[in-house]
Amino acid sequence: MKFKTEIDITINKFIGKKGALIPLLQNVQDIEGYLSKELMSYVSNKTGTKLAHIYGVATFYTMFRLKPKGKHIIRVCKGTACHVSGANSIMDKLNILLELSDDEDTTKDWKFTVIPVACLGCCSLSPVIMIDDNTYGKLTPDSLGKILKKY
Amino acid sequence: MSFVIKVGLASCGLAAGAGEVYDAIVKHVKNNKIDVDVKKTACIGMCFAEPLVEILAEDRKSIIYGNVTPDNIAEIIDAYDKGTPVEENIILSNKLKGSENKTFKKQTRIVLRNCGIIDPVSIDDYLGNRGYQALEKALKKMSREDIIQEIKNSGLRGRGGAGFPTGLKWQFAYSSKSEKKYIICNADEGDPGAFMDRSVLEGDPHNVIEGMIIGAYAIGADEGYLYCRAEYPLAIKHLKIAIQQATEKGYLGKNILGSDFNFELHIKEGAGAFVCGEETALMASIEGKRGMPSIRPPFPAQSGLWGKPTNINNVETLANITWIILNGAKEYSKYGTEKSKGTKVFALAGKIKNSGLIEVPMGMPLREVIYDVGGGMKTDKPFKGVQLGGPSGGCLSAEMLDTIVDYDSINKTGAIMGSGGMVVMDTSSCMVDIAKFFLNFTQNESCGKCTFCRVGTKRMLEILIRISEGNGKMEDLDKLEELADNIIKGSLCGLGQTAPNPVLTTLKYFKEEYIAHIKDKKCPAGVCKALIKFEIIEDKCVGCTVCAMKCPVKCISGERKQVHKIDQDLCIKCGACYDACKFDAIIKG
Repeated sequence: MKFKTEIDITINKFIGKKGALIPLLQNVQDIEGYLSKELMSYVSNKTGTKLAHIYGVATFYTMFRLKPKGKHIIRVCKGTACHVSGANSIMDKLNILLELSDDEDTTKDWKFTVIPVACLGCCSLSPVIMIDDNTYGKLTPDSLGKILKKY
Repeated sequence: MSFVIKVGLASCGLAAGAGEVYDAIVKHVKNNKIDVDVKKTACIGMCFAEPLVEILAEDRKSIIYGNVTPDNIAEIIDAYDKGTPVEENIILSNKLKGSENKTFKKQTRIVLRNCGIIDPVSIDDYLGNRGYQALEKALKKMSREDIIQEIKNSGLRGRGGAGFPTGLKWQFAYSSKSEKKYIICNADEGDPGAFMDRSVLEGDPHNVIEGMIIGAYAIGADEGYLYCRAEYPLAIKHLKIAIQQATEKGYLGKNILGSDFNFELHIKEGAGAFVCGEETALMASIEGKRGMPSIRPPFPAQSGLWGKPTNINNVETLANITWIILNGAKEYSKYGTEKSKGTKVFALAGKIKNSGLIEVPMGMPLREVIYDVGGGMKTDKPFKGVQLGGPSGGCLSAEMLDTIVDYDSINKTGAIMGSGGMVVMDTSSCMVDIAKFFLNFTQNESCGKCTFCRVGTKRMLEILIRISEGNGKMEDLDKLEELADNIIKGSLCGLGQTAPNPVLTTLKYFKEEYIAHIKDKKCPAGVCKALIKFEIIEDKCVGCTVCAMKCPVKCISGERKQVHKIDQDLCIKCGACYDACKFDAIIKG
């Protein structure tokens, strides 16, 4: 673990609070970028929560990542409105531009991780992607190259 | 002359560039010393024309401008100042005749009454619009029983989808004897294609909080949770600010408004699981567990969060409460039909002209919602279907457009009202593909507890994939219906019980499309990739090379000014060449 001190501070904030496991995992994931096996074991030892329970929660919710991620996260909206407006061709083009094969989600240089998401709630701007905190709407496969260049 | 400029800074506005517009306005008025008050507001609902800017002056009528950019805003402001507004960007103004702004005229805004009007993070703005007066009335002039009776009389039903009477739900929680009770606001809006709750939370967070405080007082809860999905960072930010402001002013905390009523409110961020919209799963998630539903009874009103009586309402339901308390149940129940009172907020999306957020009285026919309020189709392709209620809902065909918006009428069609997502589709959408899309979603989101939901949806999806690849058999259609029936009967929660709806409704209203995939091996809409092929017509191709340049997999070959050719083995059928060809030389078949 790279950020042991920060992680200790975070864990201590949540110890003894009821229902704290999910926000605790969200917070430590924010620090380390993902939930490694080592990190989950560490949280388990520190909090006395069974590792199986932590693993169960971590694998249930889509926000938790068990693999390292790239510098920027690209969320591709796969909601209904985006689907009917061509989200699939956006995804195809992204995979081509970033040279990702079907089972890969992170570029070789660790710059981008592509995650399909259920709905970003900006349906009137469909199709939509979100890179980190910035949302880009009314996309066409052709407009993607220019957007990626900003990062 | 002084005037006010409001900029819509909700998520969709920001995504369209409203932040830059806001900065440009501030800079322009400062540099030119224009006497104007620049204010931030949230979603006014006309998302199709974002970024939106409203300019109002006391002595003149207000104008809402759409498609504003940092480049044209200076001209818009100066022209308004001179009294000769820029016409081409006007989306709505009081000058326009009724027929021209049906989008607004036919709406009744109760839930959205403050959205896009006030600054959502200013409690003074909210107080200026009768904010927290409903709470004052409820605490000082009404008993707990009075409040519950008032909500019962209003006829308000749960806006999360199922339509359970809200007053009755409160009555159950009120009647449960316990020292400790909870109230929860379900803001885990997981339906793809729906953004009503996000807009309400971003645009008028105090209204939802006030509704929650009144509910807590009525049922006797002293602690509450707002369970909001983490994908809505702006909504969470506004809620946090609003909770802090309400606490500072004494609307939250101990001895609220001098009474003996205490109420503490927490925000809980969801971690991404559609099933957590189901109330027992949502509570498991708040408790820090995997969000899996549990058997009811006991209902949450008897044993909910941490085993205590709990009342759960959806965002839109709670956003109705203050209006009902202020204006009375009688006034509220004037809107709507016999069994569905009040209004309903819909998120219009897809191939509709005026996509955005609207609120209409219950009882309005779908045709009016889509063609008058929504402005009709966006493209010149004709209407094909409308999807209501997200993954739990269904697709209705053109013949069903006279169905009115109320719980019972929509249920009869096989769709559901759901939370309010309404995705309009034209002939470029394939209904088999849409059914596959939703089943893929529910199959992924099934928590896995019930076998029929876990395995049954998987089997249904496999059949749909088979059909969309041209390998389906006619018996598959019966098998789909049989599996659907078993999944509905054999699932514990709403996710499984409604998961087959998109398949059943498309089978009911668009059966010929399934048959075309199975018998003719054709996808009439040209969507299912295995059944389409792009070809270049030799006579029409001029060899301009545009298609070859656009092709992402470089499978089109040919010299300049020579006929081009598509290598079918390499083609991924993305359609980029088809869209790019200016000579109609590429056909999709």
